[in-house]
This record gives sequence, C-alpha cells and structure tokens, in this order.
Amino acid sequence: MYSPARNWGPGFIAKLIIMALIDAIGVYGIYSAWTVKAMPIVIVMILLVLVANVVYFARRFVPAKYILPGLIFLFIFQIFVMLYTAYVAFTNYGYGHMIDKDRAIAQMQEYNSQLDPNGPSYQLTMLAKGSDIYFGIVDDGVAKVGTDAVALEPLKGAKVADNKITEAPGYTVLGMGDVASRQKEVTSLRVPVSDDPSDGALGTSNATSAEVYRPVLLYDEAADTLTDTESGTVYTDNSRGNFRAADGSKPPNDVGWRTSVGVANFARLFTDASVAKPFAEVLAWTIAFAFLSVATTFLLGLALALVFNSPRLRGQKFYRVLLILPYAFPGFMSALLWRAMLNTQFGVVNQTLLGGADIMWLQDPWLAKLSVLFVNLWLGYPYMFLVCTGALQAIPSDMMESAKVDGASPWRQFRSITLPLLFIAVAPLLISSFAFNFNNFNLIFMLTGGGPTHGTDPTRPGGTDILISMVYRVAGVDDGNPDYGLATALSIIIFILVGAIAAFSFRQTRKLEEMA
Amino acid sequence: MKRRVFVFIAAFGLIAALAGCSTSDDTGSPASDPADETTEGSDVATTDDDGAAAADDAGSGCTEEIGKLEMWVDDSRLAALAGVVETFKQEQCVTVNLVRKNFDDLRADFGSQVAAGEGPDITIGANDWLGEFKANGVIAPIDISAVASGLAPAAVAAYTSEGQTYGVPYAMENIGLVRNNALLADTKATTFDELIEEAKATGAKYSVLVQVGDKGDAYHMYPIQSSFGAGMFELSPDGDYTSTLAMAGDPGHAFAEYIAKLGADGVLSVDINDSVAKDQFKAGNAPYVITGPWNTSGDDSFAQAGMDISVLPIPPAGSEPATPFLGVQGFYLSAKSENTLLAQMFLVDYLTRSDVQLELFKVGGRTPASLDAQADPVITGDPIAAGFAEAAADAVVQPSIPAMNQVWTPLGQEEADLISGKASDPAGTWDEMITNIESAIAKSAE
Repeated sequence: MYSPARNWGPGFIAKLIIMALIDAIGVYGIYSAWTVKAMPIVIVMILLVLVANVVYFARRFVPAKYILPGLIFLFIFQIFVMLYTAYVAFTNYGYGHMIDKDRAIAQMQEYNSQLDPNGPSYQLTMLAKGSDIYFGIVDDGVAKVGTDAVALEPLKGAKVADNKITEAPGYTVLGMGDVASRQKEVTSLRVPVSDDPSDGALGTSNATSAEVYRPVLLYDEAADTLTDTESGTVYTDNSRGNFRAADGSKPPNDVGWRTSVGVANFARLFTDASVAKPFAEVLAWTIAFAFLSVATTFLLGLALALVFNSPRLRGQKFYRVLLILPYAFPGFMSALLWRAMLNTQFGVVNQTLLGGADIMWLQDPWLAKLSVLFVNLWLGYPYMFLVCTGALQAIPSDMMESAKVDGASPWRQFRSITLPLLFIAVAPLLISSFAFNFNNFNLIFMLTGGGPTHGTDPTRPGGTDILISMVYRVAGVDDGNPDYGLATALSIIIFILVGAIAAFSFRQTRKLEEMA
Repeated sequence: MKRRVFVFIAAFGLIAALAGCSTSDDTGSPASDPADETTEGSDVATTDDDGAAAADDAGSGCTEEIGKLEMWVDDSRLAALAGVVETFKQEQCVTVNLVRKNFDDLRADFGSQVAAGEGPDITIGANDWLGEFKANGVIAPIDISAVASGLAPAAVAAYTSEGQTYGVPYAMENIGLVRNNALLADTKATTFDELIEEAKATGAKYSVLVQVGDKGDAYHMYPIQSSFGAGMFELSPDGDYTSTLAMAGDPGHAFAEYIAKLGADGVLSVDINDSVAKDQFKAGNAPYVITGPWNTSGDDSFAQAGMDISVLPIPPAGSEPATPFLGVQGFYLSAKSENTLLAQMFLVDYLTRSDVQLELFKVGGRTPASLDAQADPVITGDPIAAGFAEAAADAVVQPSIPAMNQVWTPLGQEEADLISGKASDPAGTWDEMITNIESAIAKSAE
C-alpha cells in the first residue's frame, strides 16, 4: 500500500528531521528536569514526547496530526495556567509563605542559630569519612572530630601542627577544591560540642575556622514541633503554614511555608471588610465602565465607519490610516501620556487647551471616571471602526439597492438592513470587548492607579477601581507583601462573573441571528 | 525498522550535543548538584578534579576556576564592580557572573526566584528589604564579624536583625537640602518657615521643592514629619524598631496641620512629583529641593547639568531636629546558594574593601560604609558628599521591619490628601490613618 508517510521522499525526510529535533529537545528537557528533580515536569514531558511520536509515526490518528501542536500549546499556555491558578487559590502562597515546610524549618533554625560572641574559635580542618563531612579541631592540645550526628570526641593518632589537624587516621582531609563542591553542606553543618545541646555546636562560615553557635530552636521530627532551647516554649504546626505556641505567640525569626488552606481565600470575600465592603460598589462601576466603554467606542467607530464608507468621500484611505493611529500605539503608553496630559498644573489639557484652567481631571472621583472613559474611547474606537468598516463592506449592495427601489428612507435602510446584518458580524466582538474591558487593568493602573482614593481607609475603593485593580490593591501586590492566594481566588470569582455575562450575551446574539 | 533506528540515532546525536554543551558548562560550577557530578563527569573531560588540584596551589596564577558565583546588580553599578570581580578571579580562581537587572525589579524577582529554588547567589539591594526577605526565608545570615569594625556602625546595624547580620553594607544614602547657588548663595534660615521665606525672597517660581505626587511620598516628607517629634515606630530598649507606631497623637496632628498649611499656601503640591521636582530645579525655578545623591551626581544629574549646588542639613519645621531616613545599600546572600563559602569570601573579604567602595561611590555618589573609604580624600574632599554626610548627622536607619510595608501607602496617601486639601480635617484624618495602619499591621502579623 502506498503511503506518503512511508516513502523516502523529501516530505518524509523533512518529517524525520523535524521529529528528530523535537525528540532531541524533548529528551534534553526531560534530562534537564531530571537533574533538578522536577518530577512532574519529567512525567509530562515524557508523555508529550511519546504522544508526539505515536501520532506522527503511526498511520492512524490522521486528524490528530493536524491538531496536536495546537492541543499541546493549549495545554501548556491555557489549561496548565488555569489549573495552577486554581491550585494557588486554595493555598496561602504569599508574603511569609513563599517556601515549603522543610526549607522554612531549616531557615528558622539558621536564623536562630546565633554565633556566641564570647565563645572560642578553633582552627578547622575539614575531614570526610564515607560520604559524611566531619569537623576536626584542636581543643587544649587534644584533637577532636565530630559531625552533626556525632558530638565532638577525641581522636587518637591525629597529627597536629600549629593547633590544626593535618592528618587524621580513618578520615580524608578535604582540600579547598573538595570543599568548594560541597559548600552548602559545610556552612550548614553544626557539630554538637557535647551530648548536651545547651553547650552549643560548632559551625563555620569560611571552612578555616569554627566558632560556637547556640541553636535556639530545635526541631523534633517525630512530634513535628519546634522547641525554644532558652525559654522551653514548644511551637506546633498550626496547619495554616506557621509554627505557633499554645498561646498563639510566634517563634523568634518566624518563617511560614506554603500550604493548603481550603476555601479560606474565597471566604474572605464575605469575611474580610477590605474585600467584602467595596465589592458591590466596585462591581457596579466595573460593569458600567465595561458597558460604557463598549457602547461609546462602538457608536463612534460605527459613525465614522458609515461616514468613511460613503463612496463619495475623497481620500478615504488617508483618513482611515489617520483614524487607526491610536490603535497602533501600545495602550499602556497612551495611558501614561494621557495621565501626564491630564495633570492639573502641568498637563497640556488644562494648560494649553483650556487656557490655564484648574480642573482636577484625575483627582475628582466623577471627573476621573469620565477621564477613564474618554481615554478608553480614544484607545478603543479605531478597533470598532475597523471591524465596522469590514462588516459594512460585506453587506451585499444589491440589498441596499432593492431597498432604495422599494422607497425605504435612508434611516429605514440603516435600521432594518444595515444594523441587523452588522450586529450578526460584530456582536461576538462586542461581547469579547466587554470581557476585555471588564479586566482592563492596564488602562486603570496606568491612568489613575484606581484612584482617586477616599483617604486611607482600605475598605473604601478608589474612584476608578475596577474589580481587577481592587484585587491587585487588597492583595498587597504593590505594597511588597503580596497575598497570591487571595489574589487568585478573587480573580477566579471575576472569571466566573465575566464568563456568566459572556455566556448570557452569546445566547442573546443567537436570537439576533434567528431574527435575521 | 530501519527508519526507527535512524530517528533514534538522529535524536541521540542531538541530545548528546545538547547535553554535552551544557555539562561542559555545568561541571565547572559547584552550583550544580554535587550528586550529579559523577554522571556528568563521564560524558565530558571533567574540570572538577583539575580545578581542585589547581586550587590547592592557587595563589598567583590559576589555570582552572574552582567555582562560579552569580550576582545580580543594576546597570549603573555593574561597571563599577567589574574591577573587584577580576581581582577575585585572579586571587581565588572564582568567576563572578554579574547579571544586569533593573534595580526596581530586584526585590520582587529575588524574592520569588529564590523562593522557587532559583535565583543568584548574591544580589545588590537596600536594607529595607531585609524584613521581607527574612520573613520569606530567602536570605542567609552572613558572618561579618571579621570586618565589622571597619564599617560604619549605623550601616552594620541596618543589616542586623535580632543579633544576626543578613547583608554586607557598602554605602549609605539619605536626602538633604540641595541649594542652587546661582539663585541663593547663602542659607541663614534655621527653621523650615524661615527657609521658605528666604527662598520666596529670590523671586523664583517655587521656593522649596519636595516631591509629593498623587499618592504622596512619605520618604521625602519624613524629615519634616520627624521634626515634629512624630517618628515612624517606637524603639525597643535595645534599639530595634518595634511595630508600635510613634506618630500618633499631638506630634502627628501638628505635622498634618503644618503640611496642610504648606499645601494651601502652594509651597507643596501633589502635582509636583519626582520628575517635576527634578526638572524644575534643573531649570532654575527653585533655590531649594529636598533630594538625595541619586540626583546630584551620576547620569542625568544636577552635576551633569553643570549646576553649582551645595548640600545642607534640612532645617526643622517643628521643635526637634529634622531627621532623614538613612538607607543603606548592600549585598544579600541567597538562602538557596550552593556556594556559601565562596560567596561569603567575596562578600566579606572583597566587597568591603575601601577601593571597591570608592569605585562604587563614583557611580551613585553614596557615602561608602567602609570607614577607610570614608576617610579617603576622594570622600573628604567632595563637598557634596560632605554635605549629605552633614545632613545625615541626625538620620535614623530606615525601618526594615515587615510592618513598614503597611505604612508607606496610607501615610503617603494621607500626606497627599492633606496637601491637596482633600483631607479638610487634618487631625481627624490623621487619627483615621493611624487606626487603619494599626489594623493593617495587626492583620499582617497574624
């Protein structure tokens, strides 16, 4: 049987080369992920490489050959991101809860392991036995050796020069090169001075001298508790990512860890005053902002499109290019430019256009809302102009002519023919434009930053805060103490809201099509 | 069957090539997990053993490096560090890979990348990041006892938390009163009010420029605030900041009323943000501006514009001295660094050297932390540096405790609202702000 996929033609060779490249990159990715012990990535990569090979070398799965690349990108850039966002929403990931529990415990112990300023300092020899690193020191002329599990004990037969061990029977003396490859192991090693933990432990920061450190927190692995060796306080896991004493007090140099907190982040929508109180107010403005943005840009875009669609107009192309210009600028830059132009004292709008007026465009809550809508109109109408022009040109001219012959007025023609046909084409775009503006963070953040604010009360939203900019603020992202768990939980709620509104609107547009 | 074998060989060849390239990079670097080195070593001629051998008799000429460090640094200071990186390589056979980063991104990127187990060994930074980095467990303590006596005590204190040091300070910065000598040659004022009168007498468009902006600027306003006795936080008996606010009550009210009055008089304005303040001063429209060394020297600065300026202490508006915040720039060590020994050596023995700190002085104009460098003629003979040092006489270390994060935004906003006149009841809105900040601190400390 002839099959192009099995013939040694140029197409097959091209396929071979491409697949070889893909496999090579895939296996290299697996190997890289393996070396950093990222097991989930290893598994997913193996699956992807296997699926790609099966699909492209088996004779079956013809449709899959076309859609597989798209599916893979969909998985990586959409599905994975969504799943990860949903996962974060159920954790306490954020300020003070950035690392995992093992690291948090190690970090707290490191922060609390204090160098004893009055303790002795020893010349240090780094030794190894098997895979373990040992400290070798000379204490009062006696050579002593120990490691984290074995407290310092005298070693017989060691050779000592200048209070430093040079040879130790049973141990290998490590050179700087050996130490350089195990640095973290060396600096985090604490060798108990004796069997009594309160005597402290030897540690080093340079591998040439050892000093006495006093550990303040001891971790008990079996009980999963931290004990303060000075005060005797016992701290237990509070299952919200922190160690806490019975009275709720924190351990010194507290570090928390990432952990699951169930629906606590979603519950804050109802319990946290800085989220719950402004939510309804902000939601109302968000919907108004998104709706008015779409309505104003669409109406202006449509009006211009109708004018420039007239065959009698000369220089159509020239005007069209001019109209599209605002669309060609990056949106955030335009927003920043407008912010400067609307500055009360120095902005070009007040200074030049209004002859030195003192209008607080961005400081008054209502004027700020107006400014946001106006700037969004400036940014958004070229898009509407483009799609309307396209849709108008797609309306068959014989329909308009027959309407004219039937004696329909221009207004009647527009209402009964142009508009319904136009809506079929642009309704989905209007809905997506609504969804886009619902989350138009760039514009709000760059133009007003959500402001003007109502004083310093965190439960009062800014005058132009939309839901997503409010989330950014209450989740503390710009204050340097972000709560990603809360931020993702609230963005999921926004996603559900936008999804519901979009689904409802699409159902309405279907009716529109039936009408036509 | 034939085809499969061919694909396999082709794929394998590419993998080998890719893997080969990477391992030859990796083996030299102790950053790669030690456990991997045996497997990697079999592919490529290993550089580790040779490196170790070379390191043992290292001293002058070294042929093989014993390790690599990665360090994040901002654009302006990258060139100034190239010299010490070269010295370190010559003397210790360790390469420091300087990675160019935007200074504004350093804090967030270092925090998130180290938390994810990535990131550099060392980053440049500021002392007020310490609280956050520590709470997130992304930095490691550094034992600087060997060199601490050679560094300014305030600089060391700024990187010390509960008895441990977490960074190596290199330079101190604070704001001062910068005078345009072309407009005004002498300052006799001893209070802020007199200063404004003196400035107004010159007939310039503005008197004393202080950057405010829509959202306020609590850092630049702090000298005025502190001169009313309204400090940021109470101090514990051993001199650490506590999370109890020190700006509540009458001193805070006096400050609030004072800046509201300056706002009404047009001396302060929310329309004057950082760039407006800088541009207007450069344009000769004001005899005074309150700013820091980043605007007096270096790129795009007053010095570069050829201005004749002097730096003076800020006269108090209230009855106590005006104390600017002392910020201390320095270097942090990542908690995830695998190169702790080499990094400590570089940080403690090299970056604290006076010649290195003098080199860095040239790019930022910040006073070095090294006492030897401070005594150097380069510093003592520089009137601008001397002016900032004099302005820092009463300076207090900028708090690095986590509670500080809850203060900047509301305090700045309150100041902006007082200046713009939006907060018509200064004492009342000040009290409201105190309550809001206190509840935010309590919430974040849960």
